[in-house]
Amino acid sequence: MEELLRPLEFDFFRNGLIVATLAGALCGMVGVYVVLKGMSYIGHGLSHAIFGGFAASALLGVNFALGAGVWGVASALMINGVTRRRVIGADAAIGVITTASFALGLALFALFGRAGRSFEAALFGSILGVGPEDVWAILAVTVLVGLVVFFGYRQLLFTTFDPEVAEASGVRTARVDALLMLALAGSILATMQVLGVTLIAATLVIPATVARMLTDSFSRMLLLATGIGAVTGFVGMNLSYHLDVQSGPTIVLVGAALFAVVFALTGRRGRRRTAGLDRHATTPLVPVSSTPR
Amino acid sequence: MTPSSATELVRLAGVSASYGGDPVLAGVDLAVTARQFSGIVGPSGSGKTTLLRVLLGSVEPSAGTVWRRPGLRVGYVPQVEAVDWSFPVTVSECVLMARTHGRVLPWRSRSEQAEVRRILGRLGIEELAARHIRDLSGGQQQRVFIARALLGAPELLLMDEPTSGVDVRTRHDVLHLLEDLHGDGLAIVLTTHDLNGMAAHLPHVVCLNTEVLGEGSPRQVLTPDVLERTYGAKMEILEHAGMPVVLDRYAPADNVVRLRKTGA
Repeated sequence: MEELLRPLEFDFFRNGLIVATLAGALCGMVGVYVVLKGMSYIGHGLSHAIFGGFAASALLGVNFALGAGVWGVASALMINGVTRRRVIGADAAIGVITTASFALGLALFALFGRAGRSFEAALFGSILGVGPEDVWAILAVTVLVGLVVFFGYRQLLFTTFDPEVAEASGVRTARVDALLMLALAGSILATMQVLGVTLIAATLVIPATVARMLTDSFSRMLLLATGIGAVTGFVGMNLSYHLDVQSGPTIVLVGAALFAVVFALTGRRGRRRTAGLDRHATTPLVPVSSTPR
Repeated sequence: MTPSSATELVRLAGVSASYGGDPVLAGVDLAVTARQFSGIVGPSGSGKTTLLRVLLGSVEPSAGTVWRRPGLRVGYVPQVEAVDWSFPVTVSECVLMARTHGRVLPWRSRSEQAEVRRILGRLGIEELAARHIRDLSGGQQQRVFIARALLGAPELLLMDEPTSGVDVRTRHDVLHLLEDLHGDGLAIVLTTHDLNGMAAHLPHVVCLNTEVLGEGSPRQVLTPDVLERTYGAKMEILEHAGMPVVLDRYAPADNVVRLRKTGA
């Protein structure tokens, strides 16, 4: 027991543990919408896109939160625009935008060396660089996203399940979708240091998928995914210290192990519940004028 | 545009719509009045769902004008094939998600709970409130989405293929339910492929194939001429118990090139 509690003596570990737990909860909560809207690929791509902003801000000596934040928000809104307008080959366009941004980040690091935050930490996650400012940043983002989910619960649910009828019923679905993308970008930015851009997508997807296997109710899925994310973040961070493995992979592996256990325990019912998760939610079709108004 | 009568809820004048290619609707004139009960019939791709979406307001026409009575409350019941049945919502969650105004807290209030119970009770599915929407029969699933639409106390109910893929008994159940709702004063416009099982039982039918080709009672509209122009196929009309019965007059044409047996 003493051995288990020893790392708590270190400031950096306490900070890392708080950040990992909050990061897990935050990604679990946002991940519910990401998974149900069929946006897992967008979440994966957006985290890679933000890496480009991270590299550019490190190179230019610009504040990380500002540089990567502006880049992330711009990427999120651009992806949202491409997706909503159903531009032909939206998947391909998102792939090009996000991987090009990621490649730019890699190239900048290769050309100009490391500057500011650790290159590896951004890719795979680390608790070594986590300071009190990171704790405050993720706390602020978690509270903000939590408030959006709490007060926008019904609009978010309606837009995720049935965007066309939601729009016709007076829900401003474009605004709700944009808000969700901003919440996703904020979550990625705030958790990037601990989880790493290459692994964030897993923390968005795994808790939501595990929660879906356990319940048929949306409200319970939201609560479960948040709790599962927090627990995997907490356990993963502790294991990361004791096994001396980077925090990102350990947290993801804890989530994957939990997924395997729940998958085995819930059997056919769990598989049936998750069978339709690859179905993309529909967005309204906007007719194009073929005749003058 | 102004309505031509005080009971008019929606009026379309010269409405066209397209999704970028050929027009899906062209020059559609249509009025929906209070207490109307109409079925829109036509072949696949004839623009039925688009017309419903124009009435709903979720699709903007590319030409023409749409007038809606100010403050009109419209309920929409989507086609069951368009619903994501794996989405994690229970019956009561599904019904209540439509209540997006007037309450900012995520959980339901007591009055909302009572309202949902009342509507589900009226539709005969109160005991299913905690079930997942996938774990219901076709008729029950249809009722869940009708309940969601009714929560907004609509004056006009729009339904996309409410009897698509259901058995005869469920179709009768849905038809009886809609007749009850219409009897309570609700205007209903639905789309259907089912000429005999559905359209022939409605008081008003619209034949659509990009443009409106006929409109009126089933007796006026379900005629060989109108149906041939609508579907591009010959049909015969019989009469049974005072109602038109549409027969498909299929016969192989002489000039059809037959598939040859090639022999293995």
